[in-house]
Amino acid sequence: MKQTKEDAVLRVENLKQYFTSGFGKKKIVVKAVDDISFTINKGEAFGLVGESGCGKTTTGRSIIRLYEPTGGNVYFNGKLISRKLSKEEKKSVTRGIQMIFQDPIASLNPRMTVKEIIGEGLKINNLCDNEEHMMELIYNMLETVGLTKDHATRYPHEFSGGQRQRIGIARALITNPDLVIADEPISALDVSIQAQVLNLLNELKKKLGLTVLFIAHDLSVVKYFSDTIGVMYNGKIVELAKSEELYKYPLHPYTKSLLSAIPLADPNYERHRKRIYYDPSIHNYDKEEPELVEIRPGHFIYASKSEIEQYKVLI
Amino acid sequence: MENREKVLQIKDLYITFNTFSGKVHAVRGVNFDLHKGETLAIVGESGSGKSVTNKTIMGILAKNANIEKGEILYNGKDLTKFNDKEFTKIRGSEISMIFQDPMSSLDPVMKIGKQITEAMLVKGNITKEEAKKKAIKLMGAVGIPHPEKRYEQYPFQFSGGMRQRIVIAIALACDPDILICDEPTTALDVTIQAQILDLIKEIQKERQISVIFITHDLGVVANMADRVAVMYAGKIVETGTVDEIFYDPKHPYTWSLLASMPDLDTDATDELLVIPGTPPNMLYPPKGDAFAPRNRYAMEIDFKEEPPMFRVSDTHYAATWLLHPSAPKIDMPDALKIRIEKQQERQVLQNETN
Repeated sequence: MKQTKEDAVLRVENLKQYFTSGFGKKKIVVKAVDDISFTINKGEAFGLVGESGCGKTTTGRSIIRLYEPTGGNVYFNGKLISRKLSKEEKKSVTRGIQMIFQDPIASLNPRMTVKEIIGEGLKINNLCDNEEHMMELIYNMLETVGLTKDHATRYPHEFSGGQRQRIGIARALITNPDLVIADEPISALDVSIQAQVLNLLNELKKKLGLTVLFIAHDLSVVKYFSDTIGVMYNGKIVELAKSEELYKYPLHPYTKSLLSAIPLADPNYERHRKRIYYDPSIHNYDKEEPELVEIRPGHFIYASKSEIEQYKVLI
Repeated sequence: MENREKVLQIKDLYITFNTFSGKVHAVRGVNFDLHKGETLAIVGESGSGKSVTNKTIMGILAKNANIEKGEILYNGKDLTKFNDKEFTKIRGSEISMIFQDPMSSLDPVMKIGKQITEAMLVKGNITKEEAKKKAIKLMGAVGIPHPEKRYEQYPFQFSGGMRQRIVIAIALACDPDILICDEPTTALDVTIQAQILDLIKEIQKERQISVIFITHDLGVVANMADRVAVMYAGKIVETGTVDEIFYDPKHPYTWSLLASMPDLDTDATDELLVIPGTPPNMLYPPKGDAFAPRNRYAMEIDFKEEPPMFRVSDTHYAATWLLHPSAPKIDMPDALKIRIEKQQERQVLQNETN
């Protein structure tokens, strides 16, 4: 993976997002995202995995500026967007980056019809000439995500969970975004519906050439959907590689433990499974500063110098 | 397996709920046995009736529920005829339950120690000191470090995984014979999930209790279960040993469930086997096979008549007309076949390396 600067849709450099609570002596700083960098190229799906609280959702939200980043730079289509933006610039950024949320019930306004929900982005960004043009775009989009024309006048509560998530996807795609951030888009859905939505996203990715930042906790889903995977732990990206490479040659002990913990629908395998538990205290970072190093072409790992020597033996 | 003692028998259970829009038929004729010391996994989507069935066993159904028909036999007694007082006697001490969400099943303003000993003291026959000793021992057994110190703490001082361990300790406080786990790991992370699953297995082995494990995650089922029952629209559509269900499934719904989610071997180019549509509205249970409208192999008879349970082997039954002698022969879909073959290859490899 050559991370060239030209065709990068999103480039994140040393992004930091700290949350503080309390004052004076009681002040606590939580380093939700602590100095992470990655690049997403055009047409690529980048997966972020990790357990809850590792900062994967915060990363997505800092990029789209739902939070003000504490430090670091975010470049979108080559332009720095993690600074103070004028109103116009903000508009172009929010048109270009769209988000699909986890909970399809909470993320749709119950008092708006589907038409209004999807059309809102068109109106705000002046992407349609008149009412008719808008309806045409909405109908087309509904069809793309597997809904029908007569769904447009209904309210969110009239739909099932899977259909609501389709509305969420339609709302994100209507502005023709350059980057879609999908934050756990299927984890709130039923098993049989999860596959439907996952297939839809995959199909849209291929058809429209979407660039996606896919955030999820389920490594098998992320591996299926993404080209590149970043594994996050405790606010840091500990390993970053092509999905096949990461699955075949995991190096970081946390990635290994994550891979060994995924339950497989295979009873014989489960009977003989050996789990690897990750103990963060095995790293001794007192003397050496760890950093994200390219250990194989396209395979990055967060480690100190002496650890890299150890990992190199394993390859 | 057949010679084992049956601790619980559920026979032809029908449950409905009265709602403003009508009667919801949540459970429609469920039959299963639970043997001593085994783990029975009940798999199904939300709304398939798996939780309702188990709430009936515990006697904690909502007020608008009716048991229309059927019996639940435990020690020769029918639990469906029990009143609240009788249920209180067996709840906790004989049948116990672990709930999905460890955040909401603990009392936030009560110390952990008190929550564990509460049930023991209510049941009587034990002094406070003994109860405390027993609770601390239990906390150690479920893997909580420094149990003496933790005994005096509140739920908010525990992490999600630790809270679920406390919930398990509470469920075990009165030495139950049957443990019902209702999606105990759904709210947890994969790494924590693995620990909790190992813990439940270990406890089961040690105490020889029978476990009913409710989940929608087939990976967890493969890890935990001895036998599996697949539920759809208030009915068990297929039941068998874990190997039979995973390596030789017969019902189209089981096929789709097994092949619908990607596993780590699935290539990005493979399309997932999707179940079209949504589960039926149980206000108006469909005529014939409830899965027929979503079933690509549905035949005419599926829309007219409900299939009975066809016998595949002594332990393996499936409710699909495809198993009828005069039905056309249909094999499981290719995607699933490939997946099972891959698993068998891996198994051969594993045996060689061992």
